Amino acid sequence: MSCDDKMDCGRRRLLVATATLGGVAGVAAAIPFVSTFAPSERAKSAGAPVEADISKLAPGQMMTVEWRGKPVWIIHRTPEMLDTLTKLTDKMADPKSGRPMQPGYAKNEHRSIKPEFLVAIGICTHLGCSPSEKFKTGAESGVTDDWQGGFFCPCHGSVFDLAGRVYKNMPAPDNLEVPPHVFLSDAKILIGEDKKGA
Amino acid sequence: MGATQTNKYKSDGTAAGGLLEWVDARFPLMSLWNDHLAKYYAPKNFNFWYYFGSLAMLVLGLQIITGIFLTMHYKPDAALNASGIPAAFASVEYIMRDVPWGWLIRYMHSTGASFFFIVIYLHMFRGMLYGSYRKPRELIWIFGMLIYLCLMAEAFLGYLLPWGQLSYWGAQVIVNMFTAIPVIGPDLALLLRGDYVVSDATLNRFFALHVVAIPLALVGLVAAHIMALHEVGSNNPDGIEIKKKKGPDGVPLDGIPFHPYYTVKDIVGIVAFLMVFAIVIFFMPEAGGYFLEFNNFYPADPLVTPPHIAPLWYFSPYYSILRANTVNFFWIDAKLWGVIFMGLGTVIFAFLPWLDRSPVKSIRYRGPLFKGALAIFVVCFITLGVLGTLPATPGLTLIAQVCSILYFAFFLLMPIYTSLDKCKAEPERVTG
Repeated sequence: MSCDDKMDCGRRRLLVATATLGGVAGVAAAIPFVSTFAPSERAKSAGAPVEADISKLAPGQMMTVEWRGKPVWIIHRTPEMLDTLTKLTDKMADPKSGRPMQPGYAKNEHRSIKPEFLVAIGICTHLGCSPSEKFKTGAESGVTDDWQGGFFCPCHGSVFDLAGRVYKNMPAPDNLEVPPHVFLSDAKILIGEDKKGA
Repeated sequence: MGATQTNKYKSDGTAAGGLLEWVDARFPLMSLWNDHLAKYYAPKNFNFWYYFGSLAMLVLGLQIITGIFLTMHYKPDAALNASGIPAAFASVEYIMRDVPWGWLIRYMHSTGASFFFIVIYLHMFRGMLYGSYRKPRELIWIFGMLIYLCLMAEAFLGYLLPWGQLSYWGAQVIVNMFTAIPVIGPDLALLLRGDYVVSDATLNRFFALHVVAIPLALVGLVAAHIMALHEVGSNNPDGIEIKKKKGPDGVPLDGIPFHPYYTVKDIVGIVAFLMVFAIVIFFMPEAGGYFLEFNNFYPADPLVTPPHIAPLWYFSPYYSILRANTVNFFWIDAKLWGVIFMGLGTVIFAFLPWLDRSPVKSIRYRGPLFKGALAIFVVCFITLGVLGTLPATPGLTLIAQVCSILYFAFFLLMPIYTSLDKCKAEPERVTG
C-alpha cells in the first residue's frame, strides 16, 4: 500500500485518519450498548444480606434460604456427621479447601465458623444445578454402598460430602461455595455479609 | 408507450405487461426472477435428499409467522402473578387455554423447532453424502454452518421463554458453561445473565434476542447462503459440475430451470412434509417428551433442580460430548475440556471443505474407507444423541467417551482416509 504517482497521498492520509476516528467513535458508541448487559442497579441492590433463624433447626436437619436468588443451605451436622469428614479426606479433590471457595474463617476441615453449622450455596460448581441431599448412609442412599452422606448433583453426577467438598474425578472442579456469613446470635445467621477481618 | 418505446422490454402490450415493464425500469424484478428461478439451471438429477433445503425455508417462514402471533400474547416477565405463578409461564398457559386457536399456533411453533432441526440435520447430511461442501461451494457450506449455529442459539434462547423448570435449569447450565473459560468466564456469564442468577433480566434479554436479533441474522444468512449457491450453481448426487458441459445456448446440458421444474417438485415435498407435521401437531405435540419436555410444565423454581435434566433431542449429541469429559489433564479442568469439545463438535463441520482430500465428491464414487467412516460417524452421532437424553451411569459414560472419540476421528483423520481411499471414476454427464 505504498504511495505511487496516481494516488494523492495527502487525501489518502486524511481518509485513513477519518476512518480511524470514525472507528474509534463506533467502538465508543458500542460501550453503552454492551454495558446494558451488566446487572442493573436494581439487580445489584437485590443482593442484600438475608437473616436466617436456626433456633428450630434440629441436629441432622437442613434448611434452605434464598440469597441473591440462589439457594443457601444451612445444615446442622451431628457429631457422627462431622466424624465422616476426617474419614473421607483421601477421597476429596480439595480436602483442605485450598481453592478460594470460602471466606478465610471457613477455611478448615468442617468449612464453617461453628463446626456443627455448615452454610453453603447449594449450587453445583460444575454448571449450576442444585444438588440434592443424600443424608442416608450406605446402600440405602442410592449413591454408593459405602456412602457416608452428602450431596448428589442430578445433572452431571457430581458428589459432595457433608462439608460441601467435592469428591475426586467429578465434573465439578470445586467445593461448594461458602457465602460470607456471620452469627448475629446463637439463633440467627446473617448471610451475605461478614465483619471485616472476622 | 412501453413496447413501442424500446426493444429492451418485450411487453405483450397488455396492462399487466405494461406494468411489469414500468416496474422493471425501476427495480430488477424480472432479472431477480430469472436469476433465481426461471433461468436458474439446476442439475436435472436431484433426488429425495434435495427436498430439505426448500423445506428448511418453509419451516423458517412458519416459525417467523407463528412467532409473531405468539408475541402478541406472550409476556417475558418472571414476576409472580396474583396466583403465585410467574407471569411468563402463566402467559404460555393462557395462550394454550384461553387464546382462540392459541394452542395450534403454539404447538406449530414448538413442533416447528424440532422439525427445523430434523430438516437441517438431513440437509447437512445430504451435503456430506454428495460432497456439496467441496470447492467451489465452501462459502455456501460456511454460511450454512453459521445458520446452524444461529438456529441452535435461537432454539436455546426460545426454550427459556416458557419459564418452566427445564427452561430455567437448562439456561442455568448453558450460561454456566461460559464460567469454564479462564479469567473472563465468570464475568462473561454475569454479562449474559444480567444478574447473579438466571432471572427476569435474563428472560427479557433472551426474548429480545429470540424475536429480533437472531431471526434478523438468520434471514440475512439464508439470503447469503442462497446467493452463494446461485452464484456457483447447485451440486448434484453425482458430484460433478454441470457447467462443464454447456449447449450452444450457454445453458448446461444437464440443467433444467428451477421454475417450473423444481418448484413443482418441491411442492410435492412440502405437501408430504406438512402431512407429517400436522400429524405431530394434532396427535402427539409433545412427542413423548422429546419435543416438549414434561418437567417444563412446572414453573421455574430457582431453589430446586429437577432430578433429571436432559436437553431437547437436537442438542443431546453435544450434551453427551460435554458429559463424556470427566478427566482433568494438562492442568485444565474436565469442566473446561467438556465445554471445549462440545464447542468444537458443533463448529468442526465448517472445516470439512479442507479436511476432505478425495478426488471425487459424491458417495456414489467414493471408496469403502469414506463409506465406512461416514457410517460410523452416523452411528456415533445417533448414539450420542440417545445417551444425552439418559441419566449418566459409568457404563453409559464409557460408551459416550468412545463415541466422542470416533466423532472427532471422523473429522480429524479425514485428510488421511480420503486420500488413501480407492474411488471410482466420475461420469462425464449426470446419471439420473
